Amino acid sequence: MSEETASGETAVEEAASAVDDARDAAVAAITEALGDGVVETHVDPGQDVWIRVANASWQDAAAAAKAAGYNYFSYVSAIDWMIAPEGRYEDTEFDDPIEESENTTKLPEGSGVAGGDTRFQVLARVESPTQHIGITFKADLADDMTIGTWSDIFPGADWHEREAWEMYGVTFAGHPGLRKIYLPGDFEGNPLRKDFPLLARTVKPWPGVVDIEEIPEQLEAQLEAEVMAAFEAENPSPEGSA
Amino acid sequence: MTATSEHSQAAYVATQAADARINVELQTGDMTLNIGPQHPATHGTLRIAAQLDGELVIRAEPIMGYMHRGYEKLAEVRTYPQVTTLINRIDWLGSFANEVPFILAAERLMEVEAPPRAQWIRTILFELSRIANVSLFLGDMGVQLGALTPVFFAFRDRERVLNQIESLTGGRFHPNFDRIGGLKDDIPRGWIQETRDVMVKMREFCDEMEDLLVGNQIFGARCRGVGVIPREVALGYGMSGANLRASGVDWDLRRDANPGLAWDQIDWKVWTHPDGDSFARYWVRLQETREATHMVEKLLDGLPSGPVMAKVPRIIKVPEGEAYVSTENPLGEMGYYIVSKGDLGPFRVKIRTPSFNNISIVPWVCKGVYVPDVITILASLYFILGDIDR
Repeated sequence: MSEETASGETAVEEAASAVDDARDAAVAAITEALGDGVVETHVDPGQDVWIRVANASWQDAAAAAKAAGYNYFSYVSAIDWMIAPEGRYEDTEFDDPIEESENTTKLPEGSGVAGGDTRFQVLARVESPTQHIGITFKADLADDMTIGTWSDIFPGADWHEREAWEMYGVTFAGHPGLRKIYLPGDFEGNPLRKDFPLLARTVKPWPGVVDIEEIPEQLEAQLEAEVMAAFEAENPSPEGSA
Repeated sequence: MTATSEHSQAAYVATQAADARINVELQTGDMTLNIGPQHPATHGTLRIAAQLDGELVIRAEPIMGYMHRGYEKLAEVRTYPQVTTLINRIDWLGSFANEVPFILAAERLMEVEAPPRAQWIRTILFELSRIANVSLFLGDMGVQLGALTPVFFAFRDRERVLNQIESLTGGRFHPNFDRIGGLKDDIPRGWIQETRDVMVKMREFCDEMEDLLVGNQIFGARCRGVGVIPREVALGYGMSGANLRASGVDWDLRRDANPGLAWDQIDWKVWTHPDGDSFARYWVRLQETREATHMVEKLLDGLPSGPVMAKVPRIIKVPEGEAYVSTENPLGEMGYYIVSKGDLGPFRVKIRTPSFNNISIVPWVCKGVYVPDVITILASLYFILGDIDR
């Protein structure tokens, strides 16, 4: 996945031939402060920056970002990269239990922008109110699901970490009080994990599936062509395809 | 000096001394007072567990989740067009503004761009949502402080804006009008002139609020210097929108990080206030509402012609990738972090709502204030419950 990301990045840069100085400078500043702590970076010129740091450098990343002028805290959250075992569409297999040991296995589908090696990742965003750009930080979570807290550096992270704790079971070491924030006190489980069943969906398939049921390929192409023809007849565009 | 007055003076001193002694000698325990879940100041079901020492608040802890609907989980089992139905209900007073960042994030991943006319109408609707949303705050702040009239004016005049939103989108509160690639429909006949008339009315409403509250002595006494939030604290807690600008931070995502709407094509002003107190937050919102009415007029002036929908496949599949798009919603920075795996629906949606961060400052700002000030502070921070509990 990492090679793919790297090659994709250069392709984008060549195609757009746009070098984003401000965002490159942001990456340089963080890399300088963290050294080996930075695992992988990704810049979408003109749009966004992702920096993946080592689990141990998570708190340092916040401090470095704050020192570099990124002192506006946006959010902290987490991602579960496992494919949900049930419930997405009508034809999904429902009886495919997940084993506990799968936690750190690398998923064949890859782990998105800036990569990842574990099932769970935390992500957080800070922004600079003067340079008007933001950085999304990511870090992998090992089996112990522990990472340092940001709440010392950004007090606003307190509640976000409580939410990530109850929704994903991520422990933030050094957090002043990991209590439930949304869920009732006796709620069991971590609802945003992919293996947490969405009961309503398991019991009864969502009526929405009717909207997305399979249409024969031939009919699909025909409908598509009709819509496009009607569109072009209505709005003749000089530049061609948008 | 007569004997009676001497006697009464002595009695007064004695009473004062006795009172002081009692206050010292009686070890009054702290009291925990629940403000809410059902209290007009909480705009829904938010509970503030306040620990009191006499009239002073020692600790205030918001307790929420009474309305948590799990939209992040629900979004994972829906297709992209179905998700906009849900996110309309996050900040229900400015619903259209909720749809915009989500649609923009999906468009960024799909590399689709809506035609200029669609972008302009989006911007107009966005600002109308802001006016509808914030005008209610402008009246509601009065109610919290004991002035009942402003809120009736607010409801009366907000209706005019909602009528405009309804006649364009079909929905007063939940338009569900934004589509990937553009908008559902074009503007109906006569709508532009009607909207201009409404904007004039809304400016009169702003003037009315200014007369009723901003110059009012009681309002000033209850708001000035109450709940002061310094710039650095506001940034560290991730406060956004008018709350941040009232602390003197000159930052508006519409101007500084415009994700593609028409804000950069008209001339407008970002309002800030250096004080950071409740009054500043009210004042900034008032100015922003008035500014928004001017913005709508300028947008109507420059509205380009053309289609309102780009060429988009009928069945929408968003390519693999991740994108975060945020906009300056009525309440602050609202953003969606979308992770797509190339499916019909998103793999993960992180919804970053402004009220969640804006309210997380309550334990800090309510420490050491008097109980009535808690109400002022909550009202001036201005949150929508659906926006906290998403």
